[in-house]
Amino acid sequence: MTLFWHNHFATETADINNSQFVYNHHNLLRTNALGNFKTLTKAITIDPGMLVYLNGASNTATAPDENYGRELQELFCCGKGKDSLYTEADVKAAAQVLTGWKYSTTTNTSSFDITRHNKIDKQFSAFYNNTIIKGQSTVTAGDIEIDAMLNMIFATQEVAKYICRRIYRWFVYYDIDNTIEANIIKPLADIFRLNNYEIKPVLSALLKSEHFYDSLIKGAQIKSPVDLVVGLCREFEIAFQPTADYATNYGMYNYLVSWVSNMQQNMGDPPDVSGWKAYYQSPQFYEIWINSDTLPKRNQFTDTMIVSGYTLNAKKIQIDGVAFAQSFASPGDPNKLIDDVVKFLLRVDISAASKKQIKTDILLGGQSTDSYWTDAWNLFITTPTNTSNATIVKNRLRDLIKYFMDLSEYQLA
Amino acid sequence: MQRRTFLRNAMPASVLLPSLVGGFSFKAFSADSPIMQSLNLPVTETDHVFVIIQLSGGNDGLNMVIPIENFSSYVNARSNIYIPEAKTLALNGKVGLHPAMTGLHDMYDKGNLKVVNSVGYPQPSYSHFRATDIWMSASDSAAVVNSGWAGRYLNYEYPNYPNGYPNATKKDPLAIQIGSVTSLTLQGPAVSMGMSISNTSNFYNLINGVQDAAPDTPAGKELSFIRTISQQTQQYATIIKDAASKVTTQVTYPTNNSLADQLKIVSRLISGGLQTRVYMVNYGGFDTHSNQVNSNDTTTGGHANLLKNVSDAIKAFQDDLNFQGAADRVVGMTFSEFGRRIKSNGSGGTDHGSAAPLFVFGKNVIGGVLGDTPIIPANATVNDNLPFQYDFRSIYSTIMSNWLCVNELDLQQIMLKNFQMLPLVNSVGCKKAVNLSGEQLISNYPNPFTSNTVITFKTNGGHTLVQIIDTMGRVISNLTDKDYAAGSFTVVFDSGSLPAGVYYARLQNMATQQVRAMIKVR
Repeated sequence: MTLFWHNHFATETADINNSQFVYNHHNLLRTNALGNFKTLTKAITIDPGMLVYLNGASNTATAPDENYGRELQELFCCGKGKDSLYTEADVKAAAQVLTGWKYSTTTNTSSFDITRHNKIDKQFSAFYNNTIIKGQSTVTAGDIEIDAMLNMIFATQEVAKYICRRIYRWFVYYDIDNTIEANIIKPLADIFRLNNYEIKPVLSALLKSEHFYDSLIKGAQIKSPVDLVVGLCREFEIAFQPTADYATNYGMYNYLVSWVSNMQQNMGDPPDVSGWKAYYQSPQFYEIWINSDTLPKRNQFTDTMIVSGYTLNAKKIQIDGVAFAQSFASPGDPNKLIDDVVKFLLRVDISAASKKQIKTDILLGGQSTDSYWTDAWNLFITTPTNTSNATIVKNRLRDLIKYFMDLSEYQLA
Repeated sequence: MQRRTFLRNAMPASVLLPSLVGGFSFKAFSADSPIMQSLNLPVTETDHVFVIIQLSGGNDGLNMVIPIENFSSYVNARSNIYIPEAKTLALNGKVGLHPAMTGLHDMYDKGNLKVVNSVGYPQPSYSHFRATDIWMSASDSAAVVNSGWAGRYLNYEYPNYPNGYPNATKKDPLAIQIGSVTSLTLQGPAVSMGMSISNTSNFYNLINGVQDAAPDTPAGKELSFIRTISQQTQQYATIIKDAASKVTTQVTYPTNNSLADQLKIVSRLISGGLQTRVYMVNYGGFDTHSNQVNSNDTTTGGHANLLKNVSDAIKAFQDDLNFQGAADRVVGMTFSEFGRRIKSNGSGGTDHGSAAPLFVFGKNVIGGVLGDTPIIPANATVNDNLPFQYDFRSIYSTIMSNWLCVNELDLQQIMLKNFQMLPLVNSVGCKKAVNLSGEQLISNYPNPFTSNTVITFKTNGGHTLVQIIDTMGRVISNLTDKDYAAGSFTVVFDSGSLPAGVYYARLQNMATQQVRAMIKVR
């Protein structure tokens, strides 16, 4: 969910250009990832990193900057759905509410400066029930007015619906038709509001729903680069070094991050304030991740992780095919092994004929007798130190795993 | 390590030829007409192709190449499955071919088939996996080598692969395997040097742009999308498609024969001009522990069907290569991870064995039978196996040296040690290839020209022909056609009233030929 919020409240490291701000911003997202959305929104609004990124610190009574006031409504809270009817005047009014905030690069905090605040009353549109936010002139004016404005925004029906659509696109599928809107989004939004914008109850309802496990909707996501790279490390339980060897671990994380970035998901630097296009750009959505440049890189990454791995400081991260096979109930039975591996690695099943072909070509070395694999496996388990027995098993598992990861099916989540 | 220049220069000036003649249909000319061949050869002859046919399961060599010389011992050892002498197809009088292999017998008679007796290696393994790995890696029996011999060869040729490939001089896959995974044979020290076309229907999907069925769900929609991109970005898809589309007619191949299906594709890619060096195909089912013959007629049954399919497939492949005018470029071999036991078992089959014969085939093969007829003990026991006469790595080494033209220093590194050279292929093929692209034998000046250009050619002596051909393949004139002493000579080409455009000067000096592209401008 931290990544979800990084995509939602998107900021760019390069623009913030202050590593402590970036760290604090990231920490804010992580701490509140499963907390309360309204609380998070308030904290983000006056977060130093965000004050830099969307020019909140240059928004003053005399020189208003509408950037954050606009995105707060358009991208962060209300969205651009057909019922999201905030107006240009609302953008201006929100910007007035937000005047007077600044940050300090010595304390790494933000503060409110009443002398830069616009103290007039702020008039909002019918979308917000023509609310008027009374202009304040005390030192707490900033907090009072922001709280009032967030209460006003969060009183609309749109906020919950918009966030639930974002969550749905993040976890299920991008196509939200009228049926999904009525049967999934609206009930989720009700849960969200009823729980005072607590995030957990919404996730719990969605991720435990029958819909989430419906075979018709399963596997419809194209893995983001992070899904692919981090997912691979988790699927194969790639072992990193103990915490004390952070130097090696950081180098390895950095290696993985560079792959993610090459596949067009640069952590810390989404393309712009809208986040990654895969989560909003109609009609392609996730398909944007896959193109003639990124797909071969995805295959190169998975190939590297199974064939040679990555070595740093004489330590290595690599898929251990034997350990992977041993994590299943019957690694010595070629049919069960392939069934289990397919079930584990692929969200879309492959045909029985394909499985048989793969079994014959890879595990049986072209033969038709299953016992050839069973014998080879048992021989290896009995005498794991025998190099040629081990090579037989390891090479075939390597080819098997590589084959599955190279399938288009593996790109689906 | 020396880089062989003929590989770097595999595309000489005459590379223009295929694109310029691309407009006309190859079948418009009889494929073996001299003009077609003269147009085909200079471009395609620069590279030799090697086709590896793996017969998985352990092929029963003794029932494929029957030891006529030791027939009584053979019958004694295999009373329930032996092939009657009268039914065998005659080879050299000492051994005979299984009666189902009429196609290969025909090739033998034409000198296009070499039968190598008793190929194996010391301390043979009787495990399918291990023996296959040994054959593919070309390792000693006790050593584990994680790269393949052809992979090491290709790695020597193209050391940085896959970085920077495909590129202008090497547009094509280095090796192609029909099968779901590229085998150990093609595994280089770091990466696999081959691409695989997972099966024959996948190949036709690739060239026709057809997709497999995807489920009718959102997941299916995304899957189809990824597959489409995957096809588009398959680095070599376009090149393979283009090569395949150049070949519109092939000879008839046998049906219900998966080896034939695979070789048909290989022929199409070779004839379509792919510069790929190594192809690998696989045909399985040779693990004949039981009922390998029909008891009422031992010349029929499962093993006979397999051998017939092998023979029919290779014959059709060779016929097709002849038809396409590509036969000069191609040599192939069969191998199986081991032969089978001398003594047959009680269930009408044979258990895992050791040495076995293999075939090397092609127009440039030195035909015949190599090696002595296997000696079979008069009363063979279940423990008896055939000793090997030739190390399988001698076959690889010979092919690489005499067919793929690898120099000796490189060869030793690729093969991990030295091996005996065998009389398998015509080694002039190799020298010819080196000459063809390594040294310019014919040139002209000026080029482009307006009316006259001077053609300089180099002959090794003997009959020498220089002729001018237009882009339609028509011979415009023979500038010279006579015996020469070795040396360089010139002739003048007067283009007279010919229209502006491209013309080819073709040199033929005995077995050597080369084409020079010339441009006439106004």
